[in-house]
Amino acid sequence: MTPTLSRRPETAHALERRRRAIHGWLLLTPALAMLATFAFYPSVATVWTSLFSRGTRRNPSEFVGLENYARLFDDPTFREVAVNNILYAAVTIPISIVLALVMALWANSKIPARSFLRTAYFTPTVLPMIAAANLWLFFYTPGFGVLDQIGALFGAPSVNWLGQPETALWAVCAVTIWKEAGFFMIFYLAALQTIPEDLREAAEIEGASRWTYTRRVVLPLLAPTTLFVLVNAMINSVKLIDHLFILTKGGPSDSSKLILYYIWESAFAFFDAPSAAAMTVLVLIVLGAVAALQFRLLDRRTHYR
Amino acid sequence: MPVSEAPFVALHGVTRRWNGAGGVQGVSLAVPRGAFVSILGPSGCGKSTLLRLLAGLETPQEGRIEIAGRDVTARSPAERGLSMVFQSYALFPHLNVRENILFGMKVRRATRPEREQALARATAMTGLQGLERRKPAELSGGQRQRVALARAVVSGQPLCLMDEPLSNLDAKLRHTVRRDIKALQRRLGLTVIYVTHDQAEAMSLSDHVVLMREGRTEQTGAPETLYHRPATPFVARFIGDPPMALVEGAALGEAGQIGIRIEALERVPEGRADLTARVADAEYLGAETRLLLDHPQAEGLALILPGRVALAPGETVGLHLPEKHRVRFGAQAEAAAARDRGAAAAATRDGREAALPSPSTREDTR
Repeated sequence: MTPTLSRRPETAHALERRRRAIHGWLLLTPALAMLATFAFYPSVATVWTSLFSRGTRRNPSEFVGLENYARLFDDPTFREVAVNNILYAAVTIPISIVLALVMALWANSKIPARSFLRTAYFTPTVLPMIAAANLWLFFYTPGFGVLDQIGALFGAPSVNWLGQPETALWAVCAVTIWKEAGFFMIFYLAALQTIPEDLREAAEIEGASRWTYTRRVVLPLLAPTTLFVLVNAMINSVKLIDHLFILTKGGPSDSSKLILYYIWESAFAFFDAPSAAAMTVLVLIVLGAVAALQFRLLDRRTHYR
Repeated sequence: MPVSEAPFVALHGVTRRWNGAGGVQGVSLAVPRGAFVSILGPSGCGKSTLLRLLAGLETPQEGRIEIAGRDVTARSPAERGLSMVFQSYALFPHLNVRENILFGMKVRRATRPEREQALARATAMTGLQGLERRKPAELSGGQRQRVALARAVVSGQPLCLMDEPLSNLDAKLRHTVRRDIKALQRRLGLTVIYVTHDQAEAMSLSDHVVLMREGRTEQTGAPETLYHRPATPFVARFIGDPPMALVEGAALGEAGQIGIRIEALERVPEGRADLTARVADAEYLGAETRLLLDHPQAEGLALILPGRVALAPGETVGLHLPEKHRVRFGAQAEAAAARDRGAAAAATRDGREAALPSPSTREDTR
């Protein structure tokens, strides 16, 4: 075959490939434009801002490198807030997931008023966080709040749950767990309903107890859902701070302050954008690293159908 | 009767219904040890319910179930000493073949050497060697089927219940697996109770066939009994491919209804014929020609003639129904037949939905 003859199909092939590439890029463009405007550009801008000093009228902002970060690590408030957030995550994530799983297993079993139970569990999720926080504000109010009234029945002294540093963070945690467990339950419930009844029957015939079946079949089959819920819970432990605005505003004396609230405060109450930017970058790095670790560790042990 | 002749599995008047409909009603059954028994019937006839009652996955509202001489009516599935092969195979999707097969042994805390030995034996028997590390999703339909069988083998139980185990396989595979199941049953001396809607499967596999209809047993017997001596027109229509031809007795100067296998029909000159039918269609099948025939007082008439026969639709043929091949259904059966003609016609033998009056059985809701 001569080269001139073989060139034509080649060019046709190249044309086809280019056409496909253009097609692909066209399909990607809308999402890419949105992401670039609202995600990539702000991220880069944040990193950029975090490298400059705070500009005032007299001292215009100048490049300071990692000085903002260094200052953060010396800031006792930042350290306290970080510890608060770690505690907050360590308490709310496992408890809400375990609670969600138990509720889902219960709401999935053959019990009367099953749909009422599911609706009841899901209600906190439907409520906006601000509304939920107002509700809990009433529960926690010293004197005539529900908790104190119940406590009074048993002769317990009145407790100002939100007003003292020892209890404020835990009170905030309780609201988060109450709010999130129902949401996570829905995912577990959906996953449980994809497990065919046959598997339970097969296990039963083999002599497996209910607990063995749950441990050896149900929980492994729920692993993808757990991974999904875990990542969501982790992100929420940083993201979900609406209730702080209603309940404690981070107080008393920063005892219930979480990172995102502190970032918001720095940026919009103290107008220290560079410091807020530096904190944001740190949070992004930590969240990214933890998410990557989770996927890597759990993916290997997770069965996807 | 010697003691060893006592039935291995016995049902006494077992009833399980849902809101007074569907399920099974007053079924009694005796299965000898080592037998292969098929429970056959159109969908919605209660055959799966019957199997689930035996397995202990359902509890009877009335009646008694005995396995190996023990009353197990109130016992849990695990206490009944049986294994089960599900229609869906019910393999654990997150466990590999090895773990799936050994699931039960692990639950029962068998020792490691015991497990290894059982696994080696079961995989050898079912031809699964080399696939131990695969997950069910990485297996073909036939291989999954084998894992389900291997699980039953490893359980070491003397009774194996099978719920339409071949219905998810293609036609070719169905034949080979059918033979494998039969070989396995013989080799292990298992008592098998096998649910199917496919009459060919039931006929070819079993020693006994239990034909069910609307929750009751219609006829129980050896395959050849059901084939040659059906008790009711329903059995006649359900068993055999093609099914029995049914002729109104009046056309032959008899009472009731006459059934006859089409291979027993003889072509004779019209002058000497018992019946003269019109050719509706002729199918040439190579070795033979199958003539589909029309007669106003008969259904399912057909004639098999050797070689190629040139008969155009509309021509008439004379038929002789030999006396010894006639099956007579009494007037009572005829009344029943009139009642269910529509229903039975819909209950085609390939298991398409039967137009039964009780749509709320478990099979239908699944």
